[in-house]
Amino acid sequence: MSSISGSVTKTEAHQAAVTPIRSSLWRQALHRLRKNKLAMSGFIFIVFMLLACFAGPLFSPYADNKINPANMNAAPSLKHWLGTDMLGRDVLTRLLQAGRISLTVGIASMCISVILGSILGAVAAYYRGIVDQIIMRVADLLLTIPGLPILFIMGALLSEWKIPSEYRMYIVMLMLSFIGWPGLARLVRSQMLSIREREFMQAAIVLGLNDRRKLFNHMIPNIIPLLIVVATLSIGGAILSESVLSFFGLGVMPPTPTWGNMIDAANNLIDFEKHPWLWIPPGVAIFTTVIAINIFGDGLRDVLDPKQKK
Amino acid sequence: MKNVIEIDHLSTYFYTEEGAVKAVNDVSLRVREGETVCIVGESGCGKSVTAMSVMGLVEEPAGKVVEGKIQFDGRDLLSLHKNELRHVRGNDIAMIFQEPMSSLNPVLTIGKQIMEPLMEHQRMNKKQARMRAIELIEMVGISRPEQIADSYPHQLSGGMLQRIMIAIAISCNPKLLIADEPTTALDVTIQAQILDMLRQIKADSNMSILLITHDLGVVAEIADYVIVMYSGKIVEEGDVVELFENPKHPYTQGLLRSKPIMGERQEELYSIPGQVPNPLELKESCYFHDRCEHCMAICQTKLPYLRDVAGRQKVACWLYEEVVEHV
Amino acid sequence: MSTYLLRRFLYMILILFAASLLIFMLYALMPGDFVSNNMKLTAERKAELREIYGLSKPVMERYFNWMNNAFHGNFGYSLAQQKPVLTLFNEYIWNSFLLAVTSTFFTWLLAVIIGVIAAYKQYSWFDTLVMIGIFAAMSIPSFFIGLFLIKMFAVDLKWLPPGGMLTTGSNATGMEFVREVVDHMMLPVIVMTLLGVGSLTRYFRSNMLDVIRQDYIRTARAKGMRERVVLYRHALKNAMLPAITLVGFELPGLFGGSLIIEKIFNWPGIGQLYMQSFTVRDYPLLMGFTMFIAVLTVIGTLLSDILYHAADPRVRL
Repeated sequence: MSSISGSVTKTEAHQAAVTPIRSSLWRQALHRLRKNKLAMSGFIFIVFMLLACFAGPLFSPYADNKINPANMNAAPSLKHWLGTDMLGRDVLTRLLQAGRISLTVGIASMCISVILGSILGAVAAYYRGIVDQIIMRVADLLLTIPGLPILFIMGALLSEWKIPSEYRMYIVMLMLSFIGWPGLARLVRSQMLSIREREFMQAAIVLGLNDRRKLFNHMIPNIIPLLIVVATLSIGGAILSESVLSFFGLGVMPPTPTWGNMIDAANNLIDFEKHPWLWIPPGVAIFTTVIAINIFGDGLRDVLDPKQKK
Repeated sequence: MKNVIEIDHLSTYFYTEEGAVKAVNDVSLRVREGETVCIVGESGCGKSVTAMSVMGLVEEPAGKVVEGKIQFDGRDLLSLHKNELRHVRGNDIAMIFQEPMSSLNPVLTIGKQIMEPLMEHQRMNKKQARMRAIELIEMVGISRPEQIADSYPHQLSGGMLQRIMIAIAISCNPKLLIADEPTTALDVTIQAQILDMLRQIKADSNMSILLITHDLGVVAEIADYVIVMYSGKIVEEGDVVELFENPKHPYTQGLLRSKPIMGERQEELYSIPGQVPNPLELKESCYFHDRCEHCMAICQTKLPYLRDVAGRQKVACWLYEEVVEHV
Repeated sequence: MSTYLLRRFLYMILILFAASLLIFMLYALMPGDFVSNNMKLTAERKAELREIYGLSKPVMERYFNWMNNAFHGNFGYSLAQQKPVLTLFNEYIWNSFLLAVTSTFFTWLLAVIIGVIAAYKQYSWFDTLVMIGIFAAMSIPSFFIGLFLIKMFAVDLKWLPPGGMLTTGSNATGMEFVREVVDHMMLPVIVMTLLGVGSLTRYFRSNMLDVIRQDYIRTARAKGMRERVVLYRHALKNAMLPAITLVGFELPGLFGGSLIIEKIFNWPGIGQLYMQSFTVRDYPLLMGFTMFIAVLTVIGTLLSDILYHAADPRVRL
């Protein structure tokens, strides 16, 4: 009898204590985020960029990218807001189409590295011992070898293997996640280990909750705010890395446009000096998108992870 | 006796996202020459903020002294220029804090930290300041003063660091020493030593002390005059003997009852029921009313004012309204 | 402490071994080599050369040869430049170092000054401006800003040279030579400083914000110290202390050059050398470079660890 009533109160107390508080914490965070003007303007810009890139080309009369030899390398005009390229294609339309790829690669590689990193980090922290050793030593190793040369080698491999242009973006995503996961795994692991030591986890042990519940009800929810923040910020990093690779011809290759390989136009002396509309707009697009992501991510950090707020 | 400091209608607010917190709400107090005044209250009652307001150390823009006068040495500290106030701090009014371990700079030697105010306010040169610093270390009862002067804070114990803090505080012979919970972070035996030292310093130099504490034991030990604060307001004040023997305010009575008495074994230690009200939700009422055994209708709608009771004793409580008016 | 260091050191050696194997394998995986890419050679000549350079041996044997030579201080022979890899490093590394050390100096100087002031005036318009600047600096694509500045200051305004270290065909000496190098350094140093200053300023700002809230700062104010003294004597020292650990992490950047910047500005540094060798698949040099950076990274991490323990008077005992 006493044990039954005991378990009832436990569950009640659990629900009463956990559910409403958690949801109100999220609501509070959202409320505070709305009040952060800088972060909100970052968010609005990101939404604008996504809409423009994914929906914009639908409204462009030049979306078919038809080659127009009569109108090559035209300077910006009312008809072509950002001019045309060496094949007479509209630069603005191409910029938005390139944005699709660049944003997709950024977001997708973030997703892969966050999933990979948090699973491996969580597993390492949860099981400790030999599993932890193996995962973390591999992470150490990958963090030791310089990222850029490795990306270059992998990019060169893709070229040698003659991977078709439309598939290269998927491989670039994988490459970026391969470089990205070790840092995330380290972070998740250290967070998990510190959560383990905290009082409420001790309380969960005293309450006799089983392992799975401990992991899913207590540990994971506590690292989710941090993960959201890191994930947001790492999109920016991934977009930057993709642009570097594609600029050097080792990432996504034309005819698939990305912001990085559009800037490749600057490698041609005449285009660089005489046709800046070919390469300045994609650079500005990368810069403004990444800055918006960073500002928004920082705002998220302020509201979701008050410990880290400095 | 002359007053060293006169605080009149001081109000200090803190501005948070949820609204303004009246940390100090219309507080007036005096400290006489050579007197030890204790401000007592639970944490968050505004006793520390009162001290910080006097020092001009309330952190703006989060907090602000919105009203009041602090007369010290014929000047209103609140209207002083920043630089003039700076020369009052550490020179005429000195302060020691609760956490000696974190109150000293970890990367500067003890000696340097004692020498600083001497060189700043007393215009001593390095050599003079160092000699004086070593004297001061000796004065606060630490042996091997030269060696201590060259050591870093982490090499000393909490009790020793608090002595060093006292040495820094008295270095310029201030007229007023503000001590904010000076013994709270220390072991009981060390607590007694520190209090003894404060008492002795006061006797030697006729310095006034404004001591902030939540510990009635400390009050009984050292105070001449006691001020009880609750939710930013003074609820009762009086000479220590009067107040301990005949507390008027139900809050003061509760505080005294919750203190274990030596040699008396009680069945259960008394504690005041309820909790301190949320400072953001204070309405026109006696702020103590929902914890008060004697709560009346008026207590819930009207803020009581501080009235004289007997001698120097004052109380802010509606219970004594009729008494005063009918007598 | 010493057993801790010993363990760290052994682990470092182990990681470097694993890294060397991984790096070697990656380069070995890369199809094509220096010989096969050379169109001018006949098939027989190619086979002959492969034999000479040891390219025809099995991968593992090549790895052990490479490691064995490396232990004897021989990091191979650049096929494209026909010089030992180490000699080439020595030729190019100092140019990289010049660029890196100058920009690191400016990065730290700016970061400390701006970070301290921004923290001190938290929530002021200056602080907001600094925060936006920090985000901007952290979001710049390095190669793009390089190109953009070349276009603006070298092509359009013609204020500064577009790239290289010296004007082509120049035989300036003495002060003339120094001036010429400084002119050429200007743009790459600006870009590298810009790229680094964001995160470092943010670091100092947040350190300073932490320190300003400490009890001992309140004590210093209560003693009636001038704000200047509070800020520079009491706060800055404490805020700078943890930054010492960053010195180690700067190590790869100081000697490893910068692939992107040196390529964009055509700066004759080790990064540029790597990019050149990359196109011709000069493996000994590529592997040597990658390994070199890995060694610097590991040593830097160890150095940071040691400095962390040495820097703080609280930890020193």
